[in-house]
Amino acid sequence: MSAERWEHFPHEADMGVRGLGATLERAFEQAALALTAVVTDPATVTPLERVSLACEAPDTELVFVDWLNALVYEMATRSMLFSRFEVRLQGHRLSAKAWGEALDIARHHPAVEVKGATYTALKVALQPDGAWLAQCVVDV
Amino acid sequence: MDLAKLERRSEFEWRVMPFGRMRVPGVIFASEALLRQMDDKVYEQVTNVAMLPGIVAASYAMPDAHWGYGFPIGGVAAFDPDQGGVVSAGGVGFDISCGVRTLHTGLRHDDIEPLKKQLADTLYHAIPAGLGSTGAIRLEAAQMDAMLRGGAHWAVDQGFGEATDLERIEEGGCMRGADPSQVSEQAKKRQRDEMGTLGSGNHYLEVQQVTDIYAADIAAAFGVKPGDVVVSIHCGSRGLGHQIGTEFLRRMVISAPGYGIDLPDRELACAPIRSPLGQDYLGAMRSAINCALANRQILTHLTRKVFSQLLPQSRLPLLYDVSHNTCKVETQTVDGRPKQLFVHRKGATRAFGPGHPDLPAALRQAGQPVLIGGSMGTASYILAGTRASMQRAFGSACHGSGRAMSRHQALRNWNGRHVVDELAGRGILIRSPSSRGVAEEAPGAYKDVNAVVDSADHAGLACKVARLEPIICIKG
Repeated sequence: MSAERWEHFPHEADMGVRGLGATLERAFEQAALALTAVVTDPATVTPLERVSLACEAPDTELVFVDWLNALVYEMATRSMLFSRFEVRLQGHRLSAKAWGEALDIARHHPAVEVKGATYTALKVALQPDGAWLAQCVVDV
Repeated sequence: MDLAKLERRSEFEWRVMPFGRMRVPGVIFASEALLRQMDDKVYEQVTNVAMLPGIVAASYAMPDAHWGYGFPIGGVAAFDPDQGGVVSAGGVGFDISCGVRTLHTGLRHDDIEPLKKQLADTLYHAIPAGLGSTGAIRLEAAQMDAMLRGGAHWAVDQGFGEATDLERIEEGGCMRGADPSQVSEQAKKRQRDEMGTLGSGNHYLEVQQVTDIYAADIAAAFGVKPGDVVVSIHCGSRGLGHQIGTEFLRRMVISAPGYGIDLPDRELACAPIRSPLGQDYLGAMRSAINCALANRQILTHLTRKVFSQLLPQSRLPLLYDVSHNTCKVETQTVDGRPKQLFVHRKGATRAFGPGHPDLPAALRQAGQPVLIGGSMGTASYILAGTRASMQRAFGSACHGSGRAMSRHQALRNWNGRHVVDELAGRGILIRSPSSRGVAEEAPGAYKDVNAVVDSADHAGLACKVARLEPIICIKG
């Protein structure tokens, strides 16, 4: 089974975020790291402060978009970046903790602001190699 | 794009005849060369939009069309409420009422040259740009609702700009029908510190010079001539619009089956115009339009302050302000009869022709200014709506050059520092908080704006009036 990882995939105008992991939760956490990486190098973000999040939707793919949008909202309103995540899923209900710190323009050199996660190229699925994949395009 | 799937109607108009669940044809306006470069996703998205209930005439794509969300960016579609027509959050997009406004300065290129660096630095200091920047004013609940109802009118009442600006803004600076009670507390919270901020990504403030005039009479009516310096501001409704887009997209995705709408793509999420959800969205979306108009008005005020400080002889009246992510109710002629339609323009500019009653008296003879943004190193254009444009795509034209490659690819191709240095070598000063942002927005990552504008002109969507080149670019 492949290790946990995140990656970006191309979209003509914006950016695709993808997380892979042994479980759905790990895939969601990795995708959140990919979201941070749209803005800055996650390695520069110290996990100092904890924020709790929760969301619920009619299906797993919608929960995934809700999860990323909950993070976009916290990033925007708290002016924070996050680098460590702990996701729990019970059915289509998600609860999570995210650790991060206040955005520091001089240190984080933010590339771009994420406007929202979209339903474009949205996919949450078990891969043939046994890993879970969670992905969508985010609008920047 | 595979041209074999299209029927060529003229040199710049291509048609997809209805098949499957398409209710109307798809129409793409572009030269053959631009069309060949277009992603196949544009074809897919144009045909998907043609499947939506109540669509009238055709699903259109402008010459700068590229892969968007549900609708292509550069997509235009009108819906008839009497035919079960829909309003689509995906058809407007996240950055509701993103747009461009252009200001005169009364200055010539030679006036700017000795002060260029100082002007760039002072503008960069005065204009909040990039992620994490905050505006000078913070709106509490009552002021927020007043802003969402009043748009640029509200901003002028607060001392940002002048009453004469308002007639040079679509809708006279205030979108009617805004309902701030449909804007969530989350959306308002996201906006609280973001009034008068540029944002990031492809948003910018540019000082530009007029290099070429193509239609002397219209240019005279617009008040531009070669060597003139103008300022263009490209930004939108900031966090408030993004949050409204996010929330209503979700609600529309979930409620679509209940309204009997079978979405070909979830991102096409929509609701009947005559439904509670459709009406709620229109109230919220119109509030976001006002937010964008107020935001550009505040940025205008900040720009004027800088110019009056450094170049006291300057005067910065508004040439015009266009929004390119909207849904508006317009009277359009369909089969020879006037019809009230809900026209979605997603990455497309309204381009009303001469004589249109919605144009201010001073511009009514000439047609609506259509402001086309380029990218940092490339030209921008001023076009004008024509009588023919009303017959092409409900009076719509392109909005910019459109991306030619992903941010991902741009990052591999360019380094932000090198882009800034190269442009400085060409006399274009870039100021940006983000080197990576500059690389992702490198001029080479965009389509050739000249080709896009030529296609719009030849297709009869709007006529070329003036070409602008950047001198200074404040990049979000």
